[in-house]
Amino acid sequence: MDFDYAALGLKAGIEIHQQLDTAEKLFCHCPTVLRDVEEHNGEFFRYLRATVSEMGEIDRAAREEMMVMRPFSYYAYDTTCLVENDEEPPAPLNPEALELSLTIAKMMGMTPVEQVHVMRKLVIDGSNTSGFQRTGLVALNGTLPTGERIESICLEEEAAQRIKDQLFSLDRLGIPLAEITTAPDMHTPEAVKSVAAYIGMLLRSTMQVKRGIGTIRQDVNVSIAEGARVEIKGVQELRLIDEVVRREVQRQVNLVAIKDKLLARNASVDEGSHDVTALFKETGSSILKRAKAIHAVCLRGFDGLVGCEIQPGRRLGSEMSDYARKCGVGGLFHTDELPAYGVTEDEVAALREAVGAGPNDCVVLVADTKKKVICAIGQIRRRAEMAFLGVPEETRKMLEEGSSAYMRPLPGAARMYPETDVLPVTVTNAYYDALVLPELLTDKAGRYVQETGLDASLARQMVYSRRCGLFEEAVGRGVKSALAAHTLLGTLKELSRDGADIAAVPGEALIDLLVRVETGTVAKEAIPPVIRALSKGVDLGVAISAVAPSVSREEVRAIICAAIAEREEFVREQGMRAVGPLMGVVMKELRGRADGKVISELLKEEVGKVV
Amino acid sequence: MMESGTQVTCRYAGTDFDATYITDRDGMAVIKLNNGYNIGVDPACLTVVAPAEAVKGVGMVVKQDTSLPQLSIISTGGTIASRVDYRTGAVTSQFTADDIMRAIPGLADIAQFRSDVLATILSENMTPAIWQTLATSICDEIKNGAEGVMVTHGTDTLAYSAAVISFMLDTPVPVVFVGSQRSADRPSSDNVMNGLASAAAATSDLGEVAVVMHSSTNDDTCAIHRATRVRKMHTSRRDAFRSIGMAPVGSVAYPSLDVTLSKDAVRRRPDTEPVLSARLEEKVGLVTFYPGMNPDVIHAFEGYRGLVVSGTGLGHTSALVIEALRSLTDAGTVVVMTSQCLNGRVCDRVYDTGRDLLAAGVLEGENMLPEVAYVKLMWVLGQTNDTEEAARLMATPLRGEFGRCSDNGF
Ligand SMILES: [Zn+2]
Repeated sequence: MDFDYAALGLKAGIEIHQQLDTAEKLFCHCPTVLRDVEEHNGEFFRYLRATVSEMGEIDRAAREEMMVMRPFSYYAYDTTCLVENDEEPPAPLNPEALELSLTIAKMMGMTPVEQVHVMRKLVIDGSNTSGFQRTGLVALNGTLPTGERIESICLEEEAAQRIKDQLFSLDRLGIPLAEITTAPDMHTPEAVKSVAAYIGMLLRSTMQVKRGIGTIRQDVNVSIAEGARVEIKGVQELRLIDEVVRREVQRQVNLVAIKDKLLARNASVDEGSHDVTALFKETGSSILKRAKAIHAVCLRGFDGLVGCEIQPGRRLGSEMSDYARKCGVGGLFHTDELPAYGVTEDEVAALREAVGAGPNDCVVLVADTKKKVICAIGQIRRRAEMAFLGVPEETRKMLEEGSSAYMRPLPGAARMYPETDVLPVTVTNAYYDALVLPELLTDKAGRYVQETGLDASLARQMVYSRRCGLFEEAVGRGVKSALAAHTLLGTLKELSRDGADIAAVPGEALIDLLVRVETGTVAKEAIPPVIRALSKGVDLGVAISAVAPSVSREEVRAIICAAIAEREEFVREQGMRAVGPLMGVVMKELRGRADGKVISELLKEEVGKVV
Repeated sequence: MMESGTQVTCRYAGTDFDATYITDRDGMAVIKLNNGYNIGVDPACLTVVAPAEAVKGVGMVVKQDTSLPQLSIISTGGTIASRVDYRTGAVTSQFTADDIMRAIPGLADIAQFRSDVLATILSENMTPAIWQTLATSICDEIKNGAEGVMVTHGTDTLAYSAAVISFMLDTPVPVVFVGSQRSADRPSSDNVMNGLASAAAATSDLGEVAVVMHSSTNDDTCAIHRATRVRKMHTSRRDAFRSIGMAPVGSVAYPSLDVTLSKDAVRRRPDTEPVLSARLEEKVGLVTFYPGMNPDVIHAFEGYRGLVVSGTGLGHTSALVIEALRSLTDAGTVVVMTSQCLNGRVCDRVYDTGRDLLAAGVLEGENMLPEVAYVKLMWVLGQTNDTEEAARLMATPLRGEFGRCSDNGF
């Protein structure tokens, strides 16, 4: 699957949502910590309803969410308050978050908004207790070094985390998010990936963004010339972002091909639907047998197209199924995949006859309660009609490995109104000019190479590490950069893999340990066992004397002499060749309490005496 | 100044943005960009492109089902329905029956409605004069065949209004006060559930003035509170309204809208005419006693016909304040003692201070809420000029505003 992207007219843009590591949330004074759902100390439930707009219309995305009215449940914690519960007006816009978002803006050469106004953006999927997300536009028009334009940065509140179905967790709601939107200036999947990686690096350079899975999410906008703008939400892993673009291009190309076939076949969608419940009274399909109602719709000229793969693991039928699910049904069956699932060939023939389907037609059926089935058939007909136009404008969600499923229509532009409970904030030129920009991580890595002689790949790893600050401090106190980097990156990772609680190791103790190793008072070999002791809460001094009590030169010599005496015959036979095997014996005895260099030196001396 | 909705371009950050002018604020022009965001900019960067478009009317037609009970909605300014103009971001409160029914579509399945917009005020600006208009208007609606009346009201002073209407109007049908704690424009607003539940209560077997609001933070039940026993007990929560000193007289389940009435609830009395006694004495005050209170505060009420004191504990004030109250009662002011504990009965016969207050001519307000005692005293002094008669009426439960026995809490 490789396309000529230029010929297809690929245009892609990204929206990056990065959680900011501020002390408090964006509109309340709760901490920005995520909790274990087991720790919740309260639960409540609510309904959300879209409000009628001035035109008497409900936003089209909102209307679809409302098709099934059901309550949303929320878990509250001892770190959430009435603001998250939508039971108290918001606090003023968090100044720490505003400063950070403006710093990011300044790093991309953007112009700040003179007066930031917080808006309410309608979101009624339950992820915001209020039914809207608070968001403010803080800066406009920036450029990346590679030329792509940054359209805007918004500062918005993070949504509640969906635990399952209609149940949400309030710990995440209200964490500040910077939303960075690029222009649709990328024309290949690889360009999308490199822009996302660059912006990610820039954000990490502030040292004030959250880290870990889910703390940064990319939405990708993709269109090809004959297709339509589709927004794919929730790409959490950078490594998949180019694949998401490739697969969306593939999907759009295939949908356009299906459109062409439908038009060539003079295809159509039947107006009515058929109640075919009676046909499946005795069926072997347990889903159909159990159903209160089964309705079918005939799609004329669609034979073979509903089952046609448009993306790995996705067919036109999957798209119809996504639309139908909005009515609360589990899915659908279509004749491109029947007989199967316990439905016999005879039943398919009877079904085709009942709806008057010919050999070129496809029949789609849905089984559930009558109300849901009628709703679902309407949605299937709607999606089938859209196939004649090729690619519908949609918001989609990423599936594993980079395919996507329909989520909702692209929201109309007009679904925002002012958050009157939050006063606007004026951003003066003096304030913006005074913002200090952090060093880019790429620049910092270059500096490490230049100033400390660190290997370039270690330098890159070091600047992305949480322990970058410790590295700088250690090197500042005379520790060699390689020793510091190997310990802070390699040794700690290995210990952590072996089950040590590395987070519990105090940074100050780590630096002290490195300094002592560098000055020769602690052996390099003692680093892992000492850190392991530190991770259990042992003091550095105690850890060193317990794990590696400093052994004097004379004590080392005594141990060497004893080892030689025990193997005198062997040593006489082998001569200086005995040094290698003896080294292992003595090292094991000392378990890192003496420097290997010292042991080797003394060993050679003593073996020399015997020989 | 430009008209809101004017189409403009804004030269900003090196780009011309198409935008809609909204308003001026702090010397900046607030504009709405095409992506929906408002920003504040220097007004000098704007160029007018086109005048504001006229706002189109709402197309949806509301059908009333004439086989359903007839209810009236009287608006005083509290918002239970609003509409958002996403073009300008303006939120407009909705008051006519049609607009409210459009905003809360489920209402059309409960009753047929007519509406009366009595006032459009913030509830803290409520006055005795508006209370009188309101009582008269409710009475007229009932006489004209309304089987129940809903009054939409801002929540700040909703309890005062509901209580005073209880005294002014002896109603044979439900008169239900309702509001919303969370603004009606938000999808999570309590307006829809409170609106539907109050309509259900207004068609029920209830026959008194009540307040219907969320009973918990969940969207599951509304409580029906007796108007003379309810108080706003939280600044912002949905379940701010609480019955004090007694359980709510009923509940409305959601979304079923099943109404349950307790045995204490006054029942509907068909074929009974409402009785209106709308006179109120406005020279009545309400004052909270606090340690260190200067008696001048009490002297400021000289010339008033009534004063309700919200005292400490069982109903106490300092000795200095007792002297000031004595001078008021000597001059003919009716002084009623209530408690800032809110829960429990006043008893001025336990401690010397209390006995001194009684000796100073202060009346015990039983377990009346201070605000309820205040509106009751306004009404009582509107009905009689005789201090003795006023004292007798204050000591008699007229609308369930206090019980002879205190609720034992079980
Ligand atoms: Zn909070």
